[in-house]
Amino acid sequence: MKALVWHATNDVRVERVPDPTILRPRDAIVKITSSAICGSDLHLLNGFIPTLQAGDILGHEFMGEVVEVGRENSRLKVGDRVVVPFTIACGRCFFCEKQLWSLCDNSNPNAWMAEKLYGYATSGLFGYSHLTGGYAGGQAQYARVPFADVGPIKVPGHLSDEQVLFLSDILPTGYMAAENCDIQPGDVIAVWGAGPVGQMAIKSAFLLGAERVIAIDDVPERLRLALTESGAEVINVDDEAVFERLKALTGGRGPDACIDAVGLEAHGATLYAYLDKAKTAAFVATDRPNALRQAIHACRKGGIVSIPGVYGGLLDKIPFGAAFQKGLTFRMGQTHMMRYMKPLLDRIERGEIDPSFVITHRLSLDDAPKGYEMFKEKKDHCIKVVLKPHSTTVH
Amino acid sequence: MNAEVNVADAERWASALGGAALAAWGLRQLKEDRSPAGAMIAAAGAGLIVRGATGHCPIYSAAGFNTADTDTRVALAGSRGINVEHAVTINRTPEELYAFWRRFDQLPRFMSHLVSVKQMDNCRSHWVAKAPAGRTVEWDAEIINEIPGELIAWRTLENADVVSAGSVRFKGAPGGRGSEVRVRLQYGPPAGRLGAVIAWMFGEEPSQVIQEDLRKFKQLMEAGETPTIEGQPRGRQSVLNYD
Repeated sequence: MKALVWHATNDVRVERVPDPTILRPRDAIVKITSSAICGSDLHLLNGFIPTLQAGDILGHEFMGEVVEVGRENSRLKVGDRVVVPFTIACGRCFFCEKQLWSLCDNSNPNAWMAEKLYGYATSGLFGYSHLTGGYAGGQAQYARVPFADVGPIKVPGHLSDEQVLFLSDILPTGYMAAENCDIQPGDVIAVWGAGPVGQMAIKSAFLLGAERVIAIDDVPERLRLALTESGAEVINVDDEAVFERLKALTGGRGPDACIDAVGLEAHGATLYAYLDKAKTAAFVATDRPNALRQAIHACRKGGIVSIPGVYGGLLDKIPFGAAFQKGLTFRMGQTHMMRYMKPLLDRIERGEIDPSFVITHRLSLDDAPKGYEMFKEKKDHCIKVVLKPHSTTVH
Repeated sequence: MNAEVNVADAERWASALGGAALAAWGLRQLKEDRSPAGAMIAAAGAGLIVRGATGHCPIYSAAGFNTADTDTRVALAGSRGINVEHAVTINRTPEELYAFWRRFDQLPRFMSHLVSVKQMDNCRSHWVAKAPAGRTVEWDAEIINEIPGELIAWRTLENADVVSAGSVRFKGAPGGRGSEVRVRLQYGPPAGRLGAVIAWMFGEEPSQVIQEDLRKFKQLMEAGETPTIEGQPRGRQSVLNYD
C-alpha cells in the first residue's frame, strides 16, 4: 500500500510499504477512505516530538471501511463504515472504566519509555512517536486498529465522510476543551488559536451555552472563519495588545475561562517568545508556552484554563504566581475520545454541528507532503487538509 | 515492642549474632580511640540485635517487605544472585489472578526468560528457560507454600543445577480497585557457567525485566492480549527494511 512516511525533520514522503495485518485477536484492518492532517502532525514534522523514527507512518485522523477483523473482535464486521479515534484504549483497565480513555494502562507497548518521562504511561496513539506506542498511522491506504472493539464508531451511510471524519480527533478535542470550561450562563470564553481545534472549541462553547466567545490568533483567514462560521469576536495578536483588549471586551473582569488551543509551538513577538525560541533551539527547554502564559495572565479570578493544545516536555517561565493568587483551575490532557464520539455523532445527525466547515483543501495521498507544506506555511489560506488515500485525482 | 514480626527465623538469628559481634567490635574501637565510627558501628550492631530479638525490622517495614512467611532467600540460604521484587495493581480479583498464575504452564506467556513450564503433579513442575545462543537450561521446582487465592511460593528441587525460588502474593486493593500483586523472584548461584546463563537471562537490569513481565501479566489479565507493533508496516530507511 501507499503511506506517508516520516524520514527526518521537515522530510515526509509517500512511499510503498507492506499492507498491515492482524497482529492481535481484538485488531481490525480498515481500508481508509478519508484521512486528515492535524495541527499536531506539524509538531512531528517540525521535530518537536522526540522518539519518532525514520520509517514511521504518520496520521491519526482517519476513517474507512472494515476489511478484516481479529477472532476476539465481536463488535465489528467486515464492511462496517467506521471513524477511528486517535487514542487507543483497552476498555477494561481502571482508567478505561472511569472513562479516562486517553489514560489507558494497557495500550502503549512502550509504556516503560513514557514512565521514564512522565512517571506513568498514558494510552497508545496512532502515528505519534514511539513514546505513545509507535503505532503506524492512518495517512495510508490501510491501517491496523488495535482494540478495535472499543474505539471505532460505526457511522450511518447518509452522512458524508467529511461530516463525520473529525469525530476522529478535532471535534471531540475542541468539545472536551469547551466542556472543561464548565460554562455557566453569561460566560465569556477566550480561545487562543483559531486553527481546526480552536474552531471546534469555539463552536462547542456556543453549543454549551457561552454568552460570548473571543478568538485570538494571528492568521486573518482563521479569525474570519471564527467570525463568520460561529459568530466569535476576534483579536488579531499582530494588531492589538491581547490582555488589554480582553479586559476592555469583558468590562474589566476578564474571560471566565481561557482555552489554549495552540500548544507547545506557540509563536509571538514578546520577549519571552524570543527567549523560548532560543531555548528550544539550544535544547534548554522543549516547549514554547507563549499562548499558555497569556491565557493564565488574562483569565479572570477563580477562572478556568482549559488546555487542548499539546505539550510534551518542560515549560519555562510559567506565571504560576498569577495562577495561584487568582485561584485558577487547570484542565488538560489528551481527549477521552470514546466519551464524546457517540453524543457528537448524534449532534451531527441532528444537524446541530457540521465540522466540515474547516476543510480548505482536499488532496490525494500522493500530494500529502505538499499538504504538510501548505498547512505549515499557511499557504493558500490553508486551514485543514483532507487526504483521499484511494484516489489519484482529487480537487 | 509489639511491632509485627516481619523477619524470618534464620535471618533473625543471623541478625542477632551478627549484631552482637558488630556491637562488640564497635565498642572496642570506641574504647581504644574514642572514634565516632566505633560509636556508629556499635549502634548499628545494637539495632541488629533488637531486630533479631524482636523479629521486627523497621527498614523492611518501611520498604513493605516481610520475609517471615514467604522468604525465598531463606529457601536459598543466601541473598546473592538475581533477587528482585516488584508489585503491580491489576483490575481483577485476587482469586482470578491466583487461578491464572497457579497454572504454571501459562507463566511463559508473560515471563520473557521462560520457554515452557510443565506441571508434573500438583506440587512439582519442570521449567525450561532461555540460554545464550538459542540453547536452554532446565530444572525441576516444587511449591513450598500456598494459600489459595492469596499466595504461591516455589523453589527448585535439591538436586537441580539452577537454584531458584519465587513467590507471588495477591491482595485485594482498597476500595475494590482490583488486586495488588507482589512478586519476588530469585536466581542463584552468581558464579560458574550457570551463573553466566542466569545473568544473561535477565540482562543488566533484572528488576526492569521483571517489571515488564508483570506489565504483560496485567495486560493479559485485563485486556486479554499484550499491545504490540511488531510486524506492522514501516517505510524505508527503517531498521526493518522490506524492500
